[in-house]
Amino acid sequence: MNEAVKFSVRGLEVRFGDVVALRGIDLEVPARSILGAIGPAGSGKTAFLRALNRLNDLSPNCRVTGQVLLDGEDINRPEYDVVRLRKRVGMVFALPVPLPMSIFDNVTYGPRLSGSRKRGQLQERVERSLRAAFLWEEVKDRLDMSGMRLSGGQQQRLCLARVLAMEPEVILLDEPCSGLDPVSTSRIEEALVALKSDYTIVLVTNNTKQAARVADRTVFFLTGEVIECGPTAQIFTAPRDQRTNDYVSGRFG
Amino acid sequence: MKPVGERVVEWTLKGLAFSALASLLLIAVFIFMEGAPFMVRLGVKDFLFSSDWRPQEGHYGIFAMIVASVWVTLGAMLVGAPLGIAGAVFLNEFAPESVRRVIKPMIELLAGIPSVVYGFIGVMVVAPLIREHLGGAGLSVLAAALILGVMILPTVISISSDAIGSVPRSYREGALALGATRWQSVHMVVLKAARSGIAASVILGMGRAVGETMAVIMVAGNAVTIPHSPLDSVCTLTAKIALEMGSAVGLHRQALFATGVVLFIGIMVLNGLAMAAMKKRSART
Repeated sequence: MNEAVKFSVRGLEVRFGDVVALRGIDLEVPARSILGAIGPAGSGKTAFLRALNRLNDLSPNCRVTGQVLLDGEDINRPEYDVVRLRKRVGMVFALPVPLPMSIFDNVTYGPRLSGSRKRGQLQERVERSLRAAFLWEEVKDRLDMSGMRLSGGQQQRLCLARVLAMEPEVILLDEPCSGLDPVSTSRIEEALVALKSDYTIVLVTNNTKQAARVADRTVFFLTGEVIECGPTAQIFTAPRDQRTNDYVSGRFG
Repeated sequence: MKPVGERVVEWTLKGLAFSALASLLLIAVFIFMEGAPFMVRLGVKDFLFSSDWRPQEGHYGIFAMIVASVWVTLGAMLVGAPLGIAGAVFLNEFAPESVRRVIKPMIELLAGIPSVVYGFIGVMVVAPLIREHLGGAGLSVLAAALILGVMILPTVISISSDAIGSVPRSYREGALALGATRWQSVHMVVLKAARSGIAASVILGMGRAVGETMAVIMVAGNAVTIPHSPLDSVCTLTAKIALEMGSAVGLHRQALFATGVVLFIGIMVLNGLAMAAMKKRSART
């Protein structure tokens, strides 16, 4: 078992009813680095991401087979503790979804779920998380304001801070910048690059340039299969597969 | 120029639609015309705050009945609101699709049972149980509250279930992805987001409970006294009107109309509150 591998995926298949979203996925996610997942809409990259924290379970007709090993432990075993898994593997969604409560309560939601109640401790954690998400300076004077009243880019950074406050090991991001302006996008990217020394990050993105900018390794999905996975530089400059080349150079998709 | 047929249909529908509004106005005007002058003549204070109701001797104080209505309604809310909200949460968040498909129509069926049947169950089952196990006459505030609590369940369940169902799926996923258990996501996020809709469901249920008459007449015992315990027999505003309207003449009749005015205002206030709560919800989402 290689210690530097966080997730090891073997023969993963995800179906929604009769539709096969992913088939035969074998992939390794290295620890403390950013893995970028690219591919056209419907290629299965989001289903892949949601397989890593078992969020696919929430879709009633979804069936997942194959192994997903987190530090060598298969998370798809029925007796695996999903709640603990989701505390170790945090997620940021495409649309920022602040919970309907104050900024402070949004960030402390995760810690409070685990039973942390001490105000001082929470405060310290809120500041640390908001700083790490590059949001602290903008909101430090109004932590009691509803999280829903922030701008889109701020909301997304709030969601990132919320995940960081749980002190997870892995952060999954599902097209976190799809609705954001370039400035907000670059702030999120800055935050991600700063975070990768402590966290394993999987970033699904529709923006191939974003993957080129921040990812250490990039994986290309097409119609439910992994076409190619390798160091980002290689994927973007010397891909082995013609389809990868077409996609990253913008010829289709 | 629209064809004649088109215009006839349009005007007919318009007339029908306004007739509902017109009947509401007519009812309001009518009971106020019959009841309000009486209240003014007797004095609003004597009418509302005296519990001396002896129409034959000219005493018309409805305080005991107001208290009775409040008690019975609050009791019904204590029974119906927690049950209803819990039921809605179960149906939306925990029940598998197959269970939901069976239970939901059954709850709606509950709304279709005539209130006299509820009253019958109250008299035959609930009241004797109370008499045997808790004492008193059986026909009491408690019996009325239990029966009414069940009667308002369909209102509370279906409206709060709609409110819970309209909480975006992304909130739930967001909470679950942060490591919340099902219950944590429900009570910390879903209920919070749906609270104004749930509040509206409770208030509308309350409106039903205040206005219910037949079942209450049958199980509350109809004694015009201020109740001191849930086991006391009481007479609500609605019950008094229904019981005496048939034989009342003159001042007595006007007094009953004035009672109706009090009831009317109370229910309008409740409905207003419910609408305000619902509006708050739509303004926020």
